[in-house]
Amino acid sequence: MAKKESTFKNMTIALFVITAVAGLALSAVYSVTKEPIAASQKAKINNAIKMVIPEFETILDTVLMPDEGKDSIRIHRLLKGSENSGMAVQTYTDNGFSGRFTLMVGFMPDGSISNIEVLEHKETPGLGTKMVLPAFKDQFKGIKIAEIPGEKLKVKKDGGTVDAITAATISSRAFCDAVNRAYATNKKGEKQ
Amino acid sequence: MNQVNNFTKGFFRENPILVLLLGTCPTLAVTSSAINGLGMGLATTFVLFMSNVFISMIKGFVPDKVRIPAFVVVIASFVTVVDLLMQAYTPALSKQLGIFIPLIVVNCIVLGRAEAFAAKNNILSSAIDGLGMGLGFAMALVILGGIREMLGAGSLFGYKFIAESADGILVFILAPGAFITLGFLIAILRKLNKTS
Amino acid sequence: MEYIIIVISAVFVNNIVLAQFLGICPFLGVSNKTETAFGMGASVLFVMTLATIVTYLVQVFVLVPLNLAFLQTISFILIIAALVQMLEIILKKVSPTLYQALGIYLPLITTNCAVMGVAILVIKKDFNLTESVVFAVANAIGFALALVIFSGIREQLALADVPKGMKGIPIALVTAGILALAFMGFAGLV
Repeated sequence: MAKKESTFKNMTIALFVITAVAGLALSAVYSVTKEPIAASQKAKINNAIKMVIPEFETILDTVLMPDEGKDSIRIHRLLKGSENSGMAVQTYTDNGFSGRFTLMVGFMPDGSISNIEVLEHKETPGLGTKMVLPAFKDQFKGIKIAEIPGEKLKVKKDGGTVDAITAATISSRAFCDAVNRAYATNKKGEKQ
Repeated sequence: MNQVNNFTKGFFRENPILVLLLGTCPTLAVTSSAINGLGMGLATTFVLFMSNVFISMIKGFVPDKVRIPAFVVVIASFVTVVDLLMQAYTPALSKQLGIFIPLIVVNCIVLGRAEAFAAKNNILSSAIDGLGMGLGFAMALVILGGIREMLGAGSLFGYKFIAESADGILVFILAPGAFITLGFLIAILRKLNKTS
Repeated sequence: MEYIIIVISAVFVNNIVLAQFLGICPFLGVSNKTETAFGMGASVLFVMTLATIVTYLVQVFVLVPLNLAFLQTISFILIIAALVQMLEIILKKVSPTLYQALGIYLPLITTNCAVMGVAILVIKKDFNLTESVVFAVANAIGFALALVIFSGIREQLALADVPKGMKGIPIALVTAGILALAFMGFAGLV
């Protein structure tokens, strides 16, 4: 097949046709994948909520700005019928070793922590990543932050009660920071 | 054209990353585990195959002066397709591979094969070239990812073969390990290619 | 103050080449001589900053309002390709020697994952325009820094007695690995 001459007209037509076809094809793929993408993101959050508060029927969402922090916090209030089943709070910290990571913290109706799920993080493998393991996470179960002096979780090094991950103090501190943010914002929300 | 040779050259003789040294960025970044390497390899193979085929089809209609922008549009489109499909149907892998999926568009392998091969050969040969090169790339990624994962995390494809709470030689799943392992792998393949 | 953190993070802690793995091809290809390394660093600085500004504006004022965010990959790469063409034309006129020295590596800035990577990253990190520009400039400086350090080492390495099988790229990669190891020491700085 002989190559087309590079006249201005030919060049513009060729590029226009190719870009137009590409644009149309992509719009088609986009509209097909739009829903699955939204659904999978929603599923991830719902799964995290179930991990921290297993029993509930309906979810009511609120979005609040924490006292300290760049972005908003999403609070999911979980109800069984009309009874409060607990709160699942999507929180974050920017003090991680590799920047921001996000947690889902579950609070029982009595204010104690039910469970914590790590949503997204980029911590160092073998060090900060150990925060997803029960060996670290489980120590938070049952803690009532309201009963801690200062109402803030701290690692033992900072005078608190949390056992930090060996050689990953920064990640452990950041983890506490995120949980504290969840607690404080939730408390703020309940007052309103 | 000997299609068998055409297909197999991408595995050892002309392996895109280990011999031609193309596509180093994603190679280093996603091979912290074997499964990530495999995912990236397959995604790149898809883009390589589809763009080689399409570019070979349109090569007669594209004026020479605009062929690079035209090829880039085709490649970028398939990269977007793979990106959207992965976000929809393999979200966990998509998150792991992160920005390196859209970065397939600047993976020198893809534009390189388009320019060097698809623009000058028929559709069948281009398709097989794309497939062979892509799979060769995938193979290298899996090998590199496998080595790094075994040494660095004591697991392979997620199955840990050392104690649950034990660690491997962590440096291998971090940045330095990527560079060093790739360096040795290239040296080894060089030796193999020389003696074969 | 925020900006200082962005700069230190981009240049040292999360160095674009040694920690983020972006820009490896030119890193390995152009780092033979320190002079060319400087030239490449400067070109990348120009393209990266300009590309980040333009792609940012296109994302915020065109793609998002029109619900075309899925066209990000295509539009970004085309913008970068156009800017590199511009740079080639400018360099040819202003500094033909540098143009010759960079050779094929100049058009290859288009496929430099660092430029495209930074353009995508500022969108992902939700920076505003000023933060994006600071981030882009800082990353380009980090790229240039890694490149210049590496080229200095490679010039020495060329004179060393390297085992035959490791000569060239393999030993360069191992060296880069050690350099990356050194840069890991900056972690936790910010």
